[in-house]
Amino acid sequence: MYIIVVGAGKVGWNLARELLEKNHEVTLIESDRRRYLTVEQELEHNVSYGDASELWVLERAGIQRADMVIAVTGDDEDNMLICQVAREKYEVERIIARVNNPRNKPHFDLLGIKPSVSATDLILRLLEHEVPEYGLVHLLDLQEEQLEIIEMLLGKDSGVTGRRVGDLEMPEGSLLISVLRSGKGFVPVADTVLEAGDEVLAVLDPGHEEQLKELFGPGGNGTGDDG
Amino acid sequence: MFILIVGCGRVGSSVARAMLSQGHEVSCLDEDPESHARLEVGLDRGWEDLGGQFTVGAGLETDALVAAGIEKADAFIASTDGDNTNIVIAQIAQRRYEVPNVIARILDPLRAEWYERQGMHTICPTRVAIDMLEAAVLEGPSRNGGSAGGPAETGQGG
Repeated sequence: MYIIVVGAGKVGWNLARELLEKNHEVTLIESDRRRYLTVEQELEHNVSYGDASELWVLERAGIQRADMVIAVTGDDEDNMLICQVAREKYEVERIIARVNNPRNKPHFDLLGIKPSVSATDLILRLLEHEVPEYGLVHLLDLQEEQLEIIEMLLGKDSGVTGRRVGDLEMPEGSLLISVLRSGKGFVPVADTVLEAGDEVLAVLDPGHEEQLKELFGPGGNGTGDDG
Repeated sequence: MFILIVGCGRVGSSVARAMLSQGHEVSCLDEDPESHARLEVGLDRGWEDLGGQFTVGAGLETDALVAAGIEKADAFIASTDGDNTNIVIAQIAQRRYEVPNVIARILDPLRAEWYERQGMHTICPTRVAIDMLEAAVLEGPSRNGGSAGGPAETGQGG
């Protein structure tokens, strides 16, 4: 594949290096002269100097024949627009944009820039996964399908431990799809009794996270009455 | 008409003053609180006293745009000092807030042209300068008398 990477920061430089090692053809574009000269010592002709916001810079890099454009500069507007012209003007099939400020993510979506990757989001997700106090981990958003899959770890104090799955008052539009216990996964049935330490996966309509958190969290009321 | 101007530099502030004096409602948004002073250049009263609005914030911040009144804007002018910012916020104004009249200042002629073709109303000061300079050269006097006129060949034919 011919891949254009824009922005020779830590992300772009390492990305370009990895892609070259995988035998892809790569052009890395950098607009800061000093940074360009540093990176050029290693990547030589694979790095090009210029502001990729400008169309002629992209054209000089051969964007017309690029299979993929990856914009990973430190500037969200740059990343958005480079990907926008790559796709809409030059009809590049695949684009990837980096989101620096997660608050700009809706703007990427509005302009139809997909996928967009935010390091902050990735780390937050890892954090949620590693720190059980968060309780509920987002595993997957099926945006088109309007569904989410989440994971919950049941603590000793969870309101649902020791209860039959069939007795739980699951919010409408949610379903338990699997239980991980002692390293093994199975699909729960009505008679399955939940235990502390179980990791349960649920699929749900977006917006039901809070109800599930309440149900499965500490002191949660698994039966839905005041028992 | 309610006009929202993002980027209160020399251009933005001048347009803001002109629109306000013509009786329109004008709101300015700029990251730099100091840019407020530019609005009052040549005015004998304060910007707010004259009915103007000024908000400090970045054009990419949704909260700032809403505070500055984008939801009721009839016209939106993107005149920050960054082409990329202007192009992005103009699209936000168009697509998300459905502002009827969105105008973006884009210095880079190539991109101004392309986005214009995509349906964005763009103003390219660089293009204007290029055209004016070309005209000034061609219409100015030349050594062999008269104006330089049309293509170079005709001037040399003699």
